[in-house]
Amino acid sequence: MTPTPHVHPPSPPGQHRRASFTALYAGMASIIMLFGAFTSAMVVRRGASKDWRGTPAPQLLWVNTAVLAASSVVAERARRHLRNNDRVHFNYWWSGATLLGAGFIAAQGLLWRRLVDAGVYLNSNPGSAFFYIGTVAHALHLFGVWLWMFYLWTKAVRLQLGPSRRTGVDVCTVFWHFLGVLWLYLMFLFIYWGNR
Amino acid sequence: MRTFLSRYLFSTDHKTIGIQYFVLSVLAGFVGLALSVVMRIHLSYPEAKIRLFEILWPNGAPGGVMTPELYLALLTMHGTIMAFFLLTTVPLGGFGNYFLPIQIGAHDMALPRLNMLSFWTTFLSFLVLLAAFFVEGGAPLSGWTAYPPLSAAGPIAGPGQGTGQTLWIVSIAIFCLASLFGSINFITTTLEMRVKGMSLFRMPLTVWAWFITALISLFAFAVLMAAGILLLLDREAGTSFFLPTGLLINDRALPNQGGTPLLWQHLFWFFGHPEVYIAVLPGMGIVSTILANFARKPVFGYKPMVWAMLAIAGLGFIVWGHHMFISGMNPYSSLAFSVLTLTIGVPSAIKTFNWLGTLWGGRIQLTTAMLFSLGFVSVFVTGGLTGIILGQPSLDIYFHDTYFVVGHFHMIMGVASVFAMFAATFYWFPRMFGRMLNEKLGRVHFYITFLGVYGIFIPMHFAGLAGNPRRYADFTQFEFLQDLTILHKFSSHCAFTTAAVQLLFLANLIYSYRRGPLAKDNPWNATTLEWLNKTPDAVHCGAYEYSVPGDTKDFRMQHEEAR
Ligand code: HEM
Ligand SMILES: [Cu+2]
Repeated sequence: MTPTPHVHPPSPPGQHRRASFTALYAGMASIIMLFGAFTSAMVVRRGASKDWRGTPAPQLLWVNTAVLAASSVVAERARRHLRNNDRVHFNYWWSGATLLGAGFIAAQGLLWRRLVDAGVYLNSNPGSAFFYIGTVAHALHLFGVWLWMFYLWTKAVRLQLGPSRRTGVDVCTVFWHFLGVLWLYLMFLFIYWGNR
Repeated sequence: MRTFLSRYLFSTDHKTIGIQYFVLSVLAGFVGLALSVVMRIHLSYPEAKIRLFEILWPNGAPGGVMTPELYLALLTMHGTIMAFFLLTTVPLGGFGNYFLPIQIGAHDMALPRLNMLSFWTTFLSFLVLLAAFFVEGGAPLSGWTAYPPLSAAGPIAGPGQGTGQTLWIVSIAIFCLASLFGSINFITTTLEMRVKGMSLFRMPLTVWAWFITALISLFAFAVLMAAGILLLLDREAGTSFFLPTGLLINDRALPNQGGTPLLWQHLFWFFGHPEVYIAVLPGMGIVSTILANFARKPVFGYKPMVWAMLAIAGLGFIVWGHHMFISGMNPYSSLAFSVLTLTIGVPSAIKTFNWLGTLWGGRIQLTTAMLFSLGFVSVFVTGGLTGIILGQPSLDIYFHDTYFVVGHFHMIMGVASVFAMFAATFYWFPRMFGRMLNEKLGRVHFYITFLGVYGIFIPMHFAGLAGNPRRYADFTQFEFLQDLTILHKFSSHCAFTTAAVQLLFLANLIYSYRRGPLAKDNPWNATTLEWLNKTPDAVHCGAYEYSVPGDTKDFRMQHEEAR
């Protein structure tokens, strides 16, 4: 297995950054399809029988939503500081976003606990089933992005990021916003549409 | 050791990964082929006592006679391995990985580590699938489409419906992930890594095909993933998405309530129809390139070829209902799905005419790669015509679940894509391994395979016309099928011959890899960049500049400037 060697010139500037964003958008498209498929399955399943029950919305749900929204805002501020080469402030804000992100994930665990204690199980009814599927799928994606956020944080505190090395932070932040919007969509679906 | 691991196993180099995909899928292909031979033996000689079967499957073939359950298990594994691990994997993961970057003048894929991850997840998925053979109860019985309730009801529905079916679903879910990673990479690479001058409409049609295929898989596999998760939960967590109320299986009532098996069919075929294009589109790209090269003519109607592929990809997402004409749909939806399905005939016909147009008046060189490409066009037409028949609800009500369908999709999806793979292998082997494949062996391989596949699949169409159902383990049990025995025997013997000839191909691969004549730099006088041993600074013309009037030679490579 020794194919003829290939000589190649260095890649043009900006290519890596553009490619990262394109990959992000492609990934977002497939996530939209995944949740789109869950949504259509849910609509069909709800229409198929009379056993649908809406999921209750404990107070905690709104707390979680607020935490997630805050983390997005904070991450956005962080990324602006980095763009302006204000690395100290970037580090503060990015640490904050990372903490808030972890807070959301922990609070989600708590939320599921609460629901289980209240007798809402995965197999209770189609409404609860889709609620768990949707929120767990969301949380898994979010956790993945959070790990990346955390990794970027370890680079940030070692001052390895800067205005010319911010693609990771930008892509990560946009991904995070996207998952925030996805969360709002899920809330609309389960809490509003589901209880109608 | 370290270098061995990083160079050959955990390599991030697209060429190595391409070869890894290729080797994995060729292996998978031979497993799938062996399974089909075993199936055909059983169909032709259902009562024969075969020692080997007994050794391989002591429970499934007591005394050497196969049980119907074992037959269905083999059928499921054959279909799954072929559809996912051969047709989805070689054309895109194998050839796409190796050639897409160098055809657009990039030094690698945009995300090399993700690329490595795609391959190893695919590999894992294959292992999980094979594991189904070895667990209690064996492989699942529910076919590559895994329709519930059978696939959702669990072990009481039959051997293989326990752990085997679970492994099947897990394997497919992992495969979805791998394909999604792969698609993201292909899309990004095509959009962002092209060398200067390589505008979209200068890309070789292979690149267009890989790009469009990646778009299709990005959307389709995400949906299959969702469906797989729901099915898994129905089996393992007591939900009821697909299981209806009051289901009685083997005298036991299932506790599930309120689900609908139709939901699975919608989700599955929303993925499933695009999947057939995932299998065949890369082949279309490869064949377009090879026909042009060995006719020494530009591709006839390059732009219509691109638009036709885009149209096929788009329409492919809105025709899934043609698999469900008899599933109890509203007849008006059947009508809509039928019209849309027949519409796909238009871009498919455009492609066919353009292939013929490319050949028209060319100086045709009948290399093995060219022969297989011509074979592709032939089987694509044969399979396409029966598609138009199946696309009409009134006819499909009769043909559905008969051997007519089996004949149809083997021709258009199975054989067509496989022919494209053979063509690509003969064409690109010199670039991949530095040596030429043996053309004489290649020709023997082609002619026998070509006649062989027609011999296998044309009789199936007639069996279908006579009402022969598919997914039956033994036709001799039915009065009305008695007369068809001879047809099935003929088909089986063609299958044995064709399968044997594939060993010739394998031998050719191994022999030529070690002993084949050394390849020149650009052995086919091709125009595309993979034949150049360096990444060019810019390209100056389209991908198919053959026989340009006024040029000194009959081809102009993409990086060469007009003189
Ligand atoms: C070009 C690539 C094509 C591929 C790879 C392909 C592949 C397939 C496959 C795998 C099936 C199997 C369904 C099953 O398991 O029951 C199938 C069925 C079908 N195909 Fe195609 N097909 C193609 C083109 C077409 C065209 C052009 C048409 C119509 C104009 C068509 C119409 C149908 C219909 C209606 C069925 C359903 C038959 C039934 O379930 O009874 N296909 N095709
Ligand atoms: Cu279809």
